Amino acid sequence: MAVKSRPRQALVIASVLTLALGATACSGESDSGLDPDSPECAPYTNYQGHDGESVSIYASIRDKEADLLRESWKQFEDCTGIEIDYDGSGEFEAQLQVQVDGGNPPDLAFIPQPGLLARFAQANKLKPMTPELKTIADGNYPADWLKYATVGGQLYGTPLGANVKSFVWYSPKMFTEKGYQVPTTWQDLMTLSDKIAATNQKPWCVGIESGEATGWPATDWVEDLMLRTQTPEVYDQWTTHGIPFNDPRVAQAFEQVGSVLKNPKYVNGGYGDVKSLTTTPFQEGGLPILQGQCTLHRQANIYGNYLPAGTKVAPDGDMYAFYLPTIDPSKGKPVLVAGEFTVAFTDTEATNAVRSYLASGEYANSRAKLGNWITPNNKLDVSTVTQEVDKLSMQLLLDKSAVFRFDGSDLMPAAVGSGTMWKGMVDWINGKDTKSTLDFIEGSWPK
Amino acid sequence: MEFADEAPKLLMLLYGLIAFAVVVGGLLVLLDVVPAWFARRREAALLAAATTGGAGTAAPPPARRRSVANRREGGLGLFFLLPTLLLLAVGLIVPAIRTFLLSFMDGGSRNWVGFSNYTWMFSQDEIFSVLTNTLVWVILVPLVATAIGLIYAVLVDRARFESVAKALIFMPMAISFVGASIIWKFVYAYRSGEYDQIGLLNHVWKMLGGEPQQWLSNPPLNTLLLIVIMIWIQAGFAMVVLSAAIKAIPGDVIEAARLDGVNPWQMFWQITMPSIRPALIVVVVTVSIATLKVFDIVRTTTNGNYDTGVIANEMYNQAFRFGQTGQGSALAVFLFVLVIPIVIYQVHNLRKQREV
Repeated sequence: MAVKSRPRQALVIASVLTLALGATACSGESDSGLDPDSPECAPYTNYQGHDGESVSIYASIRDKEADLLRESWKQFEDCTGIEIDYDGSGEFEAQLQVQVDGGNPPDLAFIPQPGLLARFAQANKLKPMTPELKTIADGNYPADWLKYATVGGQLYGTPLGANVKSFVWYSPKMFTEKGYQVPTTWQDLMTLSDKIAATNQKPWCVGIESGEATGWPATDWVEDLMLRTQTPEVYDQWTTHGIPFNDPRVAQAFEQVGSVLKNPKYVNGGYGDVKSLTTTPFQEGGLPILQGQCTLHRQANIYGNYLPAGTKVAPDGDMYAFYLPTIDPSKGKPVLVAGEFTVAFTDTEATNAVRSYLASGEYANSRAKLGNWITPNNKLDVSTVTQEVDKLSMQLLLDKSAVFRFDGSDLMPAAVGSGTMWKGMVDWINGKDTKSTLDFIEGSWPK
Repeated sequence: MEFADEAPKLLMLLYGLIAFAVVVGGLLVLLDVVPAWFARRREAALLAAATTGGAGTAAPPPARRRSVANRREGGLGLFFLLPTLLLLAVGLIVPAIRTFLLSFMDGGSRNWVGFSNYTWMFSQDEIFSVLTNTLVWVILVPLVATAIGLIYAVLVDRARFESVAKALIFMPMAISFVGASIIWKFVYAYRSGEYDQIGLLNHVWKMLGGEPQQWLSNPPLNTLLLIVIMIWIQAGFAMVVLSAAIKAIPGDVIEAARLDGVNPWQMFWQITMPSIRPALIVVVVTVSIATLKVFDIVRTTTNGNYDTGVIANEMYNQAFRFGQTGQGSALAVFLFVLVIPIVIYQVHNLRKQREV
């Protein structure tokens, strides 16, 4: 036995060694970068001095959007020599938690939920902004937006991209053909819906299926209606549990949403009855407009990304959006917004360099130029925004008379905001009554 | 150009392969060297014992010699067990203890909350429906999957094209749960009556004169339809194991039964069934445990909406998506408690078989 084993040993050792040697032989990496002293690199001098270091970023942004992100910081990488390691995942929220718990967090993350951000901040996992970073943030962002990344008086992050949710998508061509007017009050909107319903077409098309996030598009409806029927202060109390979730004022907003979403005369153009809302992917929700099977689709400015290639998105095109009208115009112009925040789990100098770059005006302009993106960063040169919907969104974002509120379900604790509220909306649309739905959500609020 | 784009990924892959080769190679070398060393020592010891014995001096008392050999054998056994014990401790025992402790803490794992996660579990209507659904799964899947597998195995036994027939039903086994769920999601897909159906089931249903149904959002039917997916996957496994067991029944037993003039029915109940009983138990137990842990199917198709939740899916949601680690851990502990009796039964059974 002992004699027999020797050649075998030798074979194993030899093969392992060959593999290991082979690996070292081909592990040379080419470093193609711009000359850091060249004029193109002038804007990046502040961030230089970390050549060869790498910074990892984890986020939920994937596919085409992720490619645009990589492209947007390409020059920064070339000029500073910092390598940004970007990873986008559809399981971002759960996996981030796992990585952080496992002691293996990314350097930076783009968190779209202030509620989740607060959870990590309270667990002392996030690195607060240094005074220098805070100065940049204060100079570049409205205080409203920074508030969402502030926990216990400490600022933990800066907004990156933003989206404006209070939009209704429609087809300008169809509107001209049929002689419809873009409604400017809620009453007008309902009158228009009735008018379309009378022609035996379902006016609204809605899809709230989104994998494990099924239900979120319906929460946006409720949030928009909360902002339109209540004061912003009540909205804040609602998202922070200052008033219970089953408060009559919330019930009222639900009822008003139900008058559209649960109205068999109004939904669901192109897909079927009310129940088809929960099985229609949100990406496909508004597509029947292009086939003339419905007229209205309430969705954020990002919906343009889901339209088939070749769709003309413009005030005179195949698709465009109008501001979801107010119910009582005297109360001002509420705008529901969302966005993601750059936060850091490590505080190396390279991480901080990337962090301050992402908060800067240079970055905002570099990304905006590539399209499909807006930001609350006030250093953004609005003229670089080329797409019509982005322009419209920027107009709303910069509107001084508008009252901005962040997506409520993202502000709430995840157990409610991305748990029972989503689930509750699905059951509610499938026929559960408002009271028991609200009681169910209220019962799950973490104590 | 395209290759250049992919080069970093390939490089990563290469590093992974090398790391794998180094670790596995190292282990292999170790496993080869150490036992050989033990064996040489043993040979030397035996040789020494033999020579001293041969020289005519008084041999040491046999009992002592045995105990030395035993100790050596024990050392060798321990060496082989060590990697397993280590991996079990790192991957199973420590996490299990941690989960148990976490189940008595709050969502952020900071404060002790006693049994409140467990009382929460049994007081929420939602979780109650999750528990009943799991029960339905555990009762139906093993029974139906095993029954289908058994019937199929008996029917195709020694039939023409047996291997083709078996391959057909075994195929779903090769598909991942997520893949299978996506396939079946298309089967159950819904479009309202005015439109062309893209779902197979609704298409057939419409041809039979029915109104298209939202199969996945109508409880309690939807849970049963999800169970069908699991049965579709597991029946192949049951069939393969049971078919092997049927083939292992000694030919003379069958021959003797034939000579006694049994009909096929008697053959099945009095010869086949008793002979394959151990295999049947293995199949039922394995499928039961797989069913208790079912997660992928529910998550991919409905994510627990429309009253289709099961424990594993709810556990994942609570712990990782909602940040309620305590509640998630309590569900995990409960799931563990449910699996224990099945495992004990299985171990007990294996022991009994070995004694026979």
